Amino acid sequence: MKKLDLLMTGVGGQGTILASDIVSEVALAAGYDVKKTDTMGMAQRGGSVISHVRIARQVWSPLIKEGDVDILVAFEKLEAARWGYYLRPGGMAIVNNLALPPLSVSLGNERYPSDEEIISILKQRTESIYFVNGTKRTRELGNIRALNIFMLGCVSNFVPFKVKIWKDCISQRLPSELRQANITTFNQGRKELRGVHI
Amino acid sequence: MGAYHAGVRVATAYPGTPSTEILEYLARFDDIYAEWSTNEKVAMEVGLGAAYAGARSLVSMKQVGLNVASDPFMAASTTGVNAGMVVISADDPGIHSSQNEQDNRHYAKFAKVPMLEPSDSQEAYELMAYAFDISERFDTPVLVHTTTRISHSKSVVKADRSRIVPAGQQGFQHNIAKYVMLPVYARLRHPLIEERLVKLAAYAEAFPLNQIFWGERHLGVVTSGVAYQYAREVFPKASFLKLGMTYPLPQNLIHDFAAQVDRMIVIEELDPFLQENIQALGIKVTGKEFIPRVGELNPNIIETGASSAGLLAKTSPRKITGTAPELPERPPLLCAGCPHTGIFFVLSSLGQRVRLPGSKSKKPPEPKLIITGDIGCYTLATYPPLCAMDTCACMGAGIGQGLGMEKAGSSKKVVAVIGDSTFLHSGITPLVNAIYNEGKITVIILDNATTAMTGHQDHPGTGVSAQGKKTRAVELEQLVRGIGVRDVKVVDAFDIKALRASVRSSLDSPELSVIIVRGACSVYTPRSKPRVIDTEKCNNCGVCLMIGCPAIQSEKERICIDTALCVGDACTICQQLCPRQAIAPQYKIMKESK
Repeated sequence: MKKLDLLMTGVGGQGTILASDIVSEVALAAGYDVKKTDTMGMAQRGGSVISHVRIARQVWSPLIKEGDVDILVAFEKLEAARWGYYLRPGGMAIVNNLALPPLSVSLGNERYPSDEEIISILKQRTESIYFVNGTKRTRELGNIRALNIFMLGCVSNFVPFKVKIWKDCISQRLPSELRQANITTFNQGRKELRGVHI
Repeated sequence: MGAYHAGVRVATAYPGTPSTEILEYLARFDDIYAEWSTNEKVAMEVGLGAAYAGARSLVSMKQVGLNVASDPFMAASTTGVNAGMVVISADDPGIHSSQNEQDNRHYAKFAKVPMLEPSDSQEAYELMAYAFDISERFDTPVLVHTTTRISHSKSVVKADRSRIVPAGQQGFQHNIAKYVMLPVYARLRHPLIEERLVKLAAYAEAFPLNQIFWGERHLGVVTSGVAYQYAREVFPKASFLKLGMTYPLPQNLIHDFAAQVDRMIVIEELDPFLQENIQALGIKVTGKEFIPRVGELNPNIIETGASSAGLLAKTSPRKITGTAPELPERPPLLCAGCPHTGIFFVLSSLGQRVRLPGSKSKKPPEPKLIITGDIGCYTLATYPPLCAMDTCACMGAGIGQGLGMEKAGSSKKVVAVIGDSTFLHSGITPLVNAIYNEGKITVIILDNATTAMTGHQDHPGTGVSAQGKKTRAVELEQLVRGIGVRDVKVVDAFDIKALRASVRSSLDSPELSVIIVRGACSVYTPRSKPRVIDTEKCNNCGVCLMIGCPAIQSEKERICIDTALCVGDACTICQQLCPRQAIAPQYKIMKESK
């Protein structure tokens, strides 16, 4: 692998930053240089969150250039649409099938885009668009806060890091009582996109 | 970690993005004394005292914090130190979480102190040892300048040193000519500072983190900080002079570099600080002609600028053009269960600042109150639907601004709103001023018992230190009474009726009054019995949407509450406001429908 640029986006509170921390540790453990940076502003309070993760033999800028992202991992659909322009042509978008309408939408001042509109935005960059049912699956598993680990499971199908490294890094970052549930969630995420070839 | 290994013994700070994590990290070490100071000025003074007394000290703050601390910072430059003292200024280009976009590199030149700048985490680690060494060797505080993109990036660090606290550090030496800045002694210090700068400039010539990376000689790039990383990416073949020490500049090194490249440019964020200082050396250089002075840089912006300057072939526009719909923005919000929501709804409705659902008037609302604000989570009440803030300038400004509006003869009543941590930071002196000068404004202190915006740091009002020790808590009501405020009310942040009554009475009061609105930050609130909406009673009037709670959403014309977000019993503000009593815990609604 020459380089891998991941852009992870979501809404404050969804665990995006922890997910990007874990990917970085996995890549580091696999022997790569890694830089990652978060743009969150005051996102603890429900704003949009973006994490840039850059993996290569040597990384300079911590920010990814527009049009260079290999995999866009979106925890929410509107955020997928918002950051779609960062994808490189032919890159991949993994989008959690969840709509969290901003307050302006609830107040009737703005409109949430339709699925067709979101897909058409992403299609200007790539045909590889995968909607995953992360919120539904984690709810079924009774572990809705592990959406981030589920999304990592999805990503793990498309990056050349051993499953054992993923699981070790996830275990290290979580308290012991949560480990087993999160490994199960990771496996479920892996299954969600198994057999997809890019 | 760099500072710890460099033998820091005293660390002080006031929280501020993107500098907060520095002290949070250092506070974990038992062999360091670390404190949250009440504000940056105090942090600087404590750090300076520690350095006088022979302990290496680290003082960290965000860019605007150095404005607050600038008085003791200038004093520190004048007296010099004893043990090393390093001041970290974490700037915020792009204004991710600040009130302005100032470039604090000017402070180094202004205060005549040396400045170091890391370009990644590894350099930040290595720099600290040099910084303390320079501080002691040249008897000066050292400014370390970082930016959000350095502070909030993670990159690989080899922490290959161990902690060394310099042995034989002298304690405080009584020396009035050095430490007592009466004019007669201050006059003696100034020439020493000028001499110090000359010596520092000579030291900069051989400073190991001023590095040249030779590539092709047709383009030479002078840069520092994170801009270096972007520039390496955009010009992979050029030659680079990367400055780890950006004040004073290594004149000979820059002259040599300029002589060996065909064209020299500077890539830097915000002001042309390096560029103007290099031009002052009589060297021809460009930069800000094609690199913006505004906002955070990134590789795309540098690429665009470089192609306009003929340094790169034109790049094709990468933006998606097509017919993308306008996407709704997602600004940050007050959390579900936030103790600020109720009081701002009361101010918003009493002040007639928004049109409530069902109102017959077609005219836009005409505000009846002026609400001067301050800095913290509560500044988010500026956004719709609350629209309950008119000013936000800098820490502690709201009370003074409010008094100024009153004294200017404003026909509208004035309310100043300030958080507990901000009040203790710099709200006390303006309140003393307002009492002294017979102000009649209403001051509302939002007491959520934490510094929430920056990630829940303790402060003097919480009675817990940065290192987790129990200390004596400052009681706000006693404090304001002590200042001379006679009308002090303490109100529960989640009791709408009481909030409304107390604001009304304060607005009618002939003298200055203080309302302390008390309620814990929702991050610490235990969740129980989330509220739901009884769809048989609800007529979608939309009143509950006016508090701006993120748990209350309207989907396809129906209003519903996200039970995963609602904190339940601890809040109930929507339930108190609902005109049809349609909001209740789940079990009550089920019982009624049976």
